[in-house]
Amino acid sequence: MSVTAEFTANPPVAGASAIAAFERDFAIQRRRARRGWTLGTILFLLVFLLTAWLGDFFKVTQITTPEGTREWRWLLLAGLPRLGEYVEKTIPVLRWDSLGADLAEWFWRWKIWLKLLVETILIAFMATTLGVIGGFLLSFPAARNLAPSRPVLWAARRFLEIARTVPDLVWALIFVFCFSVGPMAGVLAIGLHATGALGKLYSEVNENIDMGPLEGVKAAGGTWFDQIRYGAVPQVLPNIVSYTLLRFEINVRSSSIIGYVGAGGLGQEFRTAMSFQEYTDLSALFLIIFLTVVVIDYGSERLRHHIIGMEARPA
Amino acid sequence: MNITDAEIAAARARLPEAFGAPWKVRIRRRALWALFLGLFAWCLVAFDFSPSRIWTGLTRLGDVLGFMFPPYIWKSWAEFSEIAKGLGETLSMAFLGTLLGAAIAFPLSFLGAANINRVPPFRLAVRRGYDIIRAFETLILALIFIRAFGLGPLAGILAITVSEIGTCTKLFSEAIENASERSVEGVKAAGGGRLHQIRFGVLPQVMPVILSIVLYNFESNVRSGTILGIVGAGGIGFLLSDRISAYRWDEAWSIIFLIIAMVYLIDAFSAVIRTRLIGTWDGSR
Repeated sequence: MSVTAEFTANPPVAGASAIAAFERDFAIQRRRARRGWTLGTILFLLVFLLTAWLGDFFKVTQITTPEGTREWRWLLLAGLPRLGEYVEKTIPVLRWDSLGADLAEWFWRWKIWLKLLVETILIAFMATTLGVIGGFLLSFPAARNLAPSRPVLWAARRFLEIARTVPDLVWALIFVFCFSVGPMAGVLAIGLHATGALGKLYSEVNENIDMGPLEGVKAAGGTWFDQIRYGAVPQVLPNIVSYTLLRFEINVRSSSIIGYVGAGGLGQEFRTAMSFQEYTDLSALFLIIFLTVVVIDYGSERLRHHIIGMEARPA
Repeated sequence: MNITDAEIAAARARLPEAFGAPWKVRIRRRALWALFLGLFAWCLVAFDFSPSRIWTGLTRLGDVLGFMFPPYIWKSWAEFSEIAKGLGETLSMAFLGTLLGAAIAFPLSFLGAANINRVPPFRLAVRRGYDIIRAFETLILALIFIRAFGLGPLAGILAITVSEIGTCTKLFSEAIENASERSVEGVKAAGGGRLHQIRFGVLPQVMPVILSIVLYNFESNVRSGTILGIVGAGGIGFLLSDRISAYRWDEAWSIIFLIIAMVYLIDAFSAVIRTRLIGTWDGSR
């Protein structure tokens, strides 16, 4: 109603009927939108089919039916019952009247696992420390407003990009070869990856600081280090602490699996349990890692909120 | 006007707290630093960070890095097609995993949003369920799926799907909660039912955010897809770990650089799609 009234009041095309002009424009818009939609859908379906073909999504496989005959089935559906069987095997027998003994049997390697769990958390701790040191040092040359020269900026940024694009598991494969099997390779691998990730985040924080305090320190006679220490660091510290704690959570997850390639921590037990087909061990390890991750996430979230609260409170 | 040392000393005596933290805070800081340094030193010893080991490691690392030059170049298509297939598999795993995960997470995320699901205990239970899914490590999921679906990219697709469900449900339901109530009220005032309100009031607001989240997750899944192959779930990671265990470092470095190039391309590509489909929408509301 209002559209018609407006169009009659200000006819857009002189001479032609306003409503006809509107309907023609509307039809053109509509056709364009439909064409775009159809093209997008066709393109999307093509990509879907291509990726499904590359990823063996619709792979059919032969399975043995309960009657003993062989049949062709879609792998996804054929695998589901096997998944169920596998998960069922990992569930331990727990009886109420002999709960203590059953639990002891389930966690029979608890002494080794506890030691490896501590090792896992310490790997994450060391890797986070290395990542913080590396990321903090590189965040200044990698920040646009603080870098001494363009080549240095470019080099620092490329290094950080490579360090974080290559997954920590790949760094672990390389470092296990160089520094031999053990937690040291894991610390260096996760530390290098964390350097890349933290360096990027820190440099973004550095780029967003207010330059006023730095000038204030300079005006009071401060050197470049005084400017960074009293002008920049107080501004970036809360953000840095918060990112570091988040990274620690991620590193605990990484260090719990990095032992799979021989770089220390609980991951190596996963590999042993898999190859020895100790199914209940798998569920026990799974539970340990799950609880650790949940506890550490919860603790670091509390700590982060505490720090953010301190920042929000007037000093 | 000059301040003499005596004046500074007098001021310090009068207002000690203006010149430094109170002794309680100072003691706590010292104790935390001592704890941190002690733990760090203990770890250095326990993890056997001996100088000789670091030195041997660094020389070997230097040797390994030396294989970067001259870079390995695949001579024939027959040789390279294996690598190309691995890269394609990784991309396919990331694409299908993200797609399936987002498709399953989309309806589920409405159950976790406070403005849609108005039963707090039920909503909180659903949210805890999402947290549990998120705590599963993709690599461990892949190990489990390999047992059921065999070695190959399908296990990788499903592992990415499950972890994607965990991430997406959380992010989607937060996006839905951030949707403005005004358009919902508008639909209500025009006589729309609850479903109309969601379809015409909430969905148009959250679709750009959801699309942006899905694109970001696709990028991150391309990165995590590269490692799934190391445990046997298909993709370029399998070839990479194979070359490394065969000590063919020159080829391994070339594969690593191809992975970096692929990640760059995907990031650039998804940035193009993002600006094209979503525009310069800030996504903060």
